[in-house]
Amino acid sequence: MPPPLQAHRLLISHRRLPSPARRRFTAASSLQSAPATTLAPGPATSSILSIRESLLSGERTAADITSEYLSRLRRTEPSLRSFIHVADAAAEREAEELDRRIASGEKDAVGPLAGVLVGVKDNLCTANMPSTGGSRILDGYRPAYDATAVRRLQEAGAIVVGKTNLDEFGMGSTTEGSAFQVTTNPWDDSRVPGGSSGGSASAVSARQCVVSLGSDTGGSVRQPASFCGVVGLKPTYGRVSRFGLMAYASSLDVVGCFGSSVFDTATILSVVAGHDKMDSTSSSQVVPDYASELVSLDLLESKPLAGLRIGIIQETLGEGVANGVISSIKGAASHLEQLGSVVEEVSLPSFSLGLPAYYILASSEASSNLSRYDGIRYGRQFSADDLNELYGESRANGLGHEVKMRILMGTYALSAGYYDAYYKRAQQVRTLVKESFKDALERYDILISPAAPSAAYKIGEKINDPLAMYAGDILTVNVNLAGLPALVVPCGFVEGGPAGLPVGLQLIGSPFCEGNLLRVGHIFEQTLQNLSFVPPLLAES
Amino acid sequence: MALTLLRGMRTPVSSGSNPGLFFAVLRPRLSRFTARAESAQATEPKAAPPPRSIQLATKEAAEQKTQGFEAVIGIETHVQLSTVTKAFCSCPYSYGAQPNSTVCPTCMGHPGTLPVLNEKVVECAVKLGLALNCEISMTSKFDRKQYFYPDLPKGYQISQFDIPIAKKGHVDLDLPVEFGGGHRKFGITRVHMEEDAGKLLHSESSSYSQVDLNRAGVPLLEIVSEPDMRTGIEAAEYGAELQRIVRYLGVSNGNMQEGSLRCDVNVSIRPVGQSEFGTKVEIKNMNSFSAINRAIDYEISRQILLHKEGQADQIVQETRLWDESSQKTFTMRKKEGLADYRYFPEPDLPEVVLTSDYINEISKSMPELPEAKRRRYENMGLSMQDVLFLANDDNIGHFYDSTLEHGADAKLAANWIMGDIAAYLKDEKVSIDEIKLTPLELSELIASIKNGTISGKIGKEILAELIAKGGTVKGVIEEKDLVQIADPAAIEAMVDKVIADNPKQLEQYRAGKTKLQGFFAGQVMKASKGKANPVLLNKILGEKLNAN
Repeated sequence: MPPPLQAHRLLISHRRLPSPARRRFTAASSLQSAPATTLAPGPATSSILSIRESLLSGERTAADITSEYLSRLRRTEPSLRSFIHVADAAAEREAEELDRRIASGEKDAVGPLAGVLVGVKDNLCTANMPSTGGSRILDGYRPAYDATAVRRLQEAGAIVVGKTNLDEFGMGSTTEGSAFQVTTNPWDDSRVPGGSSGGSASAVSARQCVVSLGSDTGGSVRQPASFCGVVGLKPTYGRVSRFGLMAYASSLDVVGCFGSSVFDTATILSVVAGHDKMDSTSSSQVVPDYASELVSLDLLESKPLAGLRIGIIQETLGEGVANGVISSIKGAASHLEQLGSVVEEVSLPSFSLGLPAYYILASSEASSNLSRYDGIRYGRQFSADDLNELYGESRANGLGHEVKMRILMGTYALSAGYYDAYYKRAQQVRTLVKESFKDALERYDILISPAAPSAAYKIGEKINDPLAMYAGDILTVNVNLAGLPALVVPCGFVEGGPAGLPVGLQLIGSPFCEGNLLRVGHIFEQTLQNLSFVPPLLAES
Repeated sequence: MALTLLRGMRTPVSSGSNPGLFFAVLRPRLSRFTARAESAQATEPKAAPPPRSIQLATKEAAEQKTQGFEAVIGIETHVQLSTVTKAFCSCPYSYGAQPNSTVCPTCMGHPGTLPVLNEKVVECAVKLGLALNCEISMTSKFDRKQYFYPDLPKGYQISQFDIPIAKKGHVDLDLPVEFGGGHRKFGITRVHMEEDAGKLLHSESSSYSQVDLNRAGVPLLEIVSEPDMRTGIEAAEYGAELQRIVRYLGVSNGNMQEGSLRCDVNVSIRPVGQSEFGTKVEIKNMNSFSAINRAIDYEISRQILLHKEGQADQIVQETRLWDESSQKTFTMRKKEGLADYRYFPEPDLPEVVLTSDYINEISKSMPELPEAKRRRYENMGLSMQDVLFLANDDNIGHFYDSTLEHGADAKLAANWIMGDIAAYLKDEKVSIDEIKLTPLELSELIASIKNGTISGKIGKEILAELIAKGGTVKGVIEEKDLVQIADPAAIEAMVDKVIADNPKQLEQYRAGKTKLQGFFAGQVMKASKGKANPVLLNKILGEKLNAN
């Protein structure tokens, strides 16, 4: 039995809702077929706390913990393919080094993330590992520096276990767009993990690592979190430095985090967030200790969310969203009501405009950001007889078709004569979207919606239908356009796969109110009854 | 930080078949415009020919030459700022450094890197904007200008598109006296901030090229003029005035040879009286103001000739290069329609928001600018020739002003600086702040001559000594015993001795060969080691020679 998964130490009292909230969710019927896992049922627990506890008490060594995760990784990776690069030897070395420092009684040896294995999306630069962005054009590329978010994790003691798979440069919603491999969903290996941070979501879901970093430009953290049944956080734009994140759409890109509990996700955010002089768009707003603001259940009143006003976005519960998803979200909404909050339907009239505006803006910025992949200074270069051919061959062969399509769309949208009709108009829509969210968030503390219109779908299902894939982003892109923080917490299941497929609840807040989202998400998570989001894959051992 | 080595590009430049890629190999031969240089020389204006090499057109000459046509000239100038670090990263830049030795992931355009604006760049831009009498934008932004070229690491240049940091200004200047003089005011359309690109180094065999990214990301200010200039000399003087201004401000060394100041010139012609512009041609590759002058006058003549020959349609929108060796412009590339740079706002950089306090602070710290200095010197009664000489070089202006502050006479100080000192600077190829003479000693020297302590001739000797070795006027006078002999008795004694020693010459003099007075004067001066007061000497000598 892997201890990190059963640890209940500091959150030991998070066992059940104090009083009346004992109820079944509408979606919980599918639970009958849900995981026959040997892992302990009950609310999610913090793996980070458990690891820290073990190390401080001397109960386990970092080497033990690392080898537990690595052996699980080795066992599951052949079917999941979450990682493009696994740094197992380096991770073992780092763990041993940590043990040596603990043994010699070094002060501060046990940093806040000591011994915590982290997966890093491969579009984040790491100096000691290849960083490809999932693209052939960067095959073999090794950056000269670490992304700020990665560096901060390492400085807190985390061990980077490898680089996770993604849709090339973050462009896609299935991770099928990786130049190297297709990642599968731990809940059903015939399904996609979502994307573009599919590798990071899958790896945390299958406990190949404790937590992971992703990036979210239009939903790339939240949708795979929903598909894989893990917690995913897209912070406010500017909350986490983008330095070292291979840019897809600079005005939308955010580094996000995945964890198997809200507590772990909050802990990671506290470490990676904050101003960075290397990123002029990073905010200098003070970073709270998010995790310390999470209160364990026994300290909560019977209606812990009393006074909280929640708006459920009307436009996200209609056509195009699967019935199972809608009933899961409605179930989550009534759970939130039972916790004391007031949940009302709210309409965001500009909601449907977000998707086309997003694809114009994101593609426009992408067409510019990806110009640097020209084969001249690094990455793959194809020999050619003249300069145009050199560019053409290097980019035609080095970039995948989805990326090329978006570059073409973006180039078109920014071209003379089209700029006003596309880019400029999309910016105006963006302003509308921002304003309508601002209005709604003046009336409600938090807005909720599904994170994706469906649960994980089959590999190959949408690969030849990009429009269908793009449509899947409708529930997430508006949040990026508005620059808001959003947290996805697993909230239920729908039928499918061997054990049901998880559904995530998206909680959207005002800028820099991650703390509020995490607090509500944590209470929601801790009071969910009879649901365990440990995938069946792990029961097989 | 580990650096990725730049690779050589395998891009064979097959001779002739690949025009426009590497302009160094492009030299199409156009033989029909060879007659121009001579004709320009032949129409030299004015009685007093200019002593300098820039000897082409005065306004009058240009008009005479242009046979009913008028040229319209606008200039885009790139000024490389002499900030300690680059515009968007903390790499230093020094001209001539080992290729790719001052680079980092950011200025090499590596994945994940982001620009961070060097605030000094904004300060320089505001300074220059104020110096050019511009409106400063309280809020401006950066944009991306997109195109592919191996010297452009990101595939876009960070620049400013629709909201430049400064706009709607003007520059005042005075044309050199030898070109007819005259005050001019030229409009400045805008000043904006941007980053420089790297450089391509072509192999001798032309079979491959290499990229040097030292210059990539170095801050530039681009200054766009209104199309207000009409002749080569006006354009050259506009460039020279910008150079003076950036040097006065200390924002750039303004060195054209190193490419710290680069002018791209747009030239078109139209019949006098017509208000629409003709088709404009862009000229690049001029690395001196003299070259700008000659290139423009050549281009004007070329276009007029085409008009005269009924081939005005041969004037097309294109970029031409000035070739110093043949003194002609050649086609570099024809523009097929407008290049589409797909500008859009740079999402990685916040807007540049200035406060009026910030601008006031900079405004207060501004030095006296060339135009103000010229007007001040002019009001002191100096001739325009003197004014231009003294104000053109910031260091000379400082030296001059400092000399005046020590009480020197304005005209005398100007004469010394423009005479012996300028000659020394020219001969030794040094700048005025490199010589040992201080403004204080120059003022002492002028005073010593004025009060009769030394003669002007001795003054010149002392000056040469001070320039080369330093020291004080007093010190040199004492050391070399150079105090003027103004005692009539002492001079009389020397005169008597010289007359006595030269009976033959005395006889000839008295026989009517009065020219010999010069000989006697010389002998006395020699005997006095040059110290005799020349006025007294000549007076006494005359009396003695003519005494009978």
